Amino acid sequence: MISYIFRRVLLMAPLLLAIVTITFLLMHTIQGGPFDSDKPLPPATRQRLEERYGLDKPLPEQYVNYLFRLVQLDLGISLANDRPVRELIGEHIVPTVQLGLTSFVFALAFGIALGTVSGLNQNGMWDYVGAFVSTLGATMPSFILAPLLVIVFVLRLHWFDVLGWEFMNHRKMVLPILATGMYPMAFLTRITRAALLDVLHQDYVRTARAKGLSEFRVVVRHMAKNAMIPVLTVSGLLLAHLITGSFIVEQAFAIPGTGREFINSVLVRDYGVMMGLIVTYTLIYAMMTLVVDVMYAVVDPRIRY
Amino acid sequence: MVSESIPRVGAQDRPIASPGPVAQAWKRLVANRLAMGSAIILAVLTAVAILGNTSSAVQRHDPTAQSYTDASGADNTDRSPNRDYWLGTDGLGRDMWARMLQATLFSLRIGIGAEAVVVVIGISLGLAAGLGGERTDRIIVWITDLAYAFPDILMILLIRQVLFGREWPVLGTGSPQIPGLPSALLVTIIAISIVAWVTICRLVRGQILSLREQEYVLAARAAGASPWRVVRVHMLPNTLSTVIVAITFGIPRNIFAEAAIAFIGLGVPPPFASLGSLMSDGRAHLQTNSLLVLWPTITVAMLMLCFTFLGDGLRDALDPRSAHQRR
Repeated sequence: MISYIFRRVLLMAPLLLAIVTITFLLMHTIQGGPFDSDKPLPPATRQRLEERYGLDKPLPEQYVNYLFRLVQLDLGISLANDRPVRELIGEHIVPTVQLGLTSFVFALAFGIALGTVSGLNQNGMWDYVGAFVSTLGATMPSFILAPLLVIVFVLRLHWFDVLGWEFMNHRKMVLPILATGMYPMAFLTRITRAALLDVLHQDYVRTARAKGLSEFRVVVRHMAKNAMIPVLTVSGLLLAHLITGSFIVEQAFAIPGTGREFINSVLVRDYGVMMGLIVTYTLIYAMMTLVVDVMYAVVDPRIRY
Repeated sequence: MVSESIPRVGAQDRPIASPGPVAQAWKRLVANRLAMGSAIILAVLTAVAILGNTSSAVQRHDPTAQSYTDASGADNTDRSPNRDYWLGTDGLGRDMWARMLQATLFSLRIGIGAEAVVVVIGISLGLAAGLGGERTDRIIVWITDLAYAFPDILMILLIRQVLFGREWPVLGTGSPQIPGLPSALLVTIIAISIVAWVTICRLVRGQILSLREQEYVLAARAAGASPWRVVRVHMLPNTLSTVIVAITFGIPRNIFAEAAIAFIGLGVPPPFASLGSLMSDGRAHLQTNSLLVLWPTITVAMLMLCFTFLGDGLRDALDPRSAHQRR
């Protein structure tokens, strides 16, 4: 197990290298540089700035320099704010992770609950409720839902605030969480339902019933445990996507997270922040896939690494 | 191994009785009211969008013409729906009906155009991975893994920024002055399809890998069919139903991707309208005129809903076994 994890961590290196390389190339192909603005800088100032940030060197040299600094966990300096990128990301990732985690908990709780009642009442009323909600959630993700939520709950009912993010302040949290969490919630509902239906007619469930176990015990001990495996597989990746993909909701609700920071960095060609965020996102994604694979072995004793 | 499998042939295969499998699938699809309803709505939307961009009788107003006052001299901005402006006007006095028609057609062209590119890339690379030997396979699988690790809309955003605002040999500059914006359309289609081909590639590869081991493929090969004939006649048609379903789910995903980058403010350059840019513009005026954001939002939601229902219906119709498993 330990050696498996070790091997997987080592395998992250080529993935990260490839993504850093692709981003580096794309980033420098974007028209314009970080010091281009409507009012052109005097050539001398510009030259001094480029020297200071090492942008006057040829691209291959900049690339190698970046890699060297990356190995030492140094993400460089933001060209727009003149602050270390690591500090900047550390600051902006807080609301992003808070939003991602809370939406994930929301999606997990409601998705599994709805999926379970749908699966246990196959073709019953709850099944149709579940199908309705999950179809709606799957087709109306994030920014499509956001304006509708705002029109109903902010402009008509005045229940919540339109903009901003504040942890543990329901007026600022509920709508972003709903907008972010609806899609994964819908997805988890479908997965849970399908997984439950899969185990519903397994022999061991019949055996458990024949032993005279209570229905609750059958569902929780025998069905839920096995139905959890597919749910687990997708939930790790969902969490990764929630954290790395929340920038549309961040934009819609003006949440100062990393997604907004990334879009800004693309617009002003802030190379350091762009790269730093891509590296962070890739690491989050890779870690999540690793966690899922390890959890697999924990839940399903048949899997050995 | 082969002799062992022979008695099972037929038990697993679908019956080849009349009516043929295509006719059967068609019958199942027509019987699915949700899917048929969605198909009709999509057809109507497409027809209206095309007519609205070609015939001035349907379009009624120029989508980019700003008129701050109407004929009687009254204020013409932010008007609610009326007989002259069916969906009202925006803050610059532009007709929302005409703008919505332009935006809807643009979104449909993005969705279908990008999907066409995706299908070509996806099938070719999927075939290459499934048939091209272990090394090719490993390289292509590695590329798809890479694409999965990269947040897709961020990637689309980056490629879009690379392609926009610079003179490219075939694409041009994406200048907003060109009517109909062929280059903005192309740029967006390329940016989306570079990211989106992965799904179909994976599906086709998986399908080919399992088909390769089927008895009838073996039989065709044993009978002396050329490798290309085996692929063309025996394998490709069997990946068709998977691909068709993937296309119906891919189109709304492309529409969503375009709307998402336009919503952030990196879509088509104004004054041209796309559904995402209309939503982004409308969001700024949410407090004063919430209709502006409502029209494009409802349209995007409807497009995505209809394509999803149609895709669900197609999947059930083309693969009845999966439908039985699900219910």
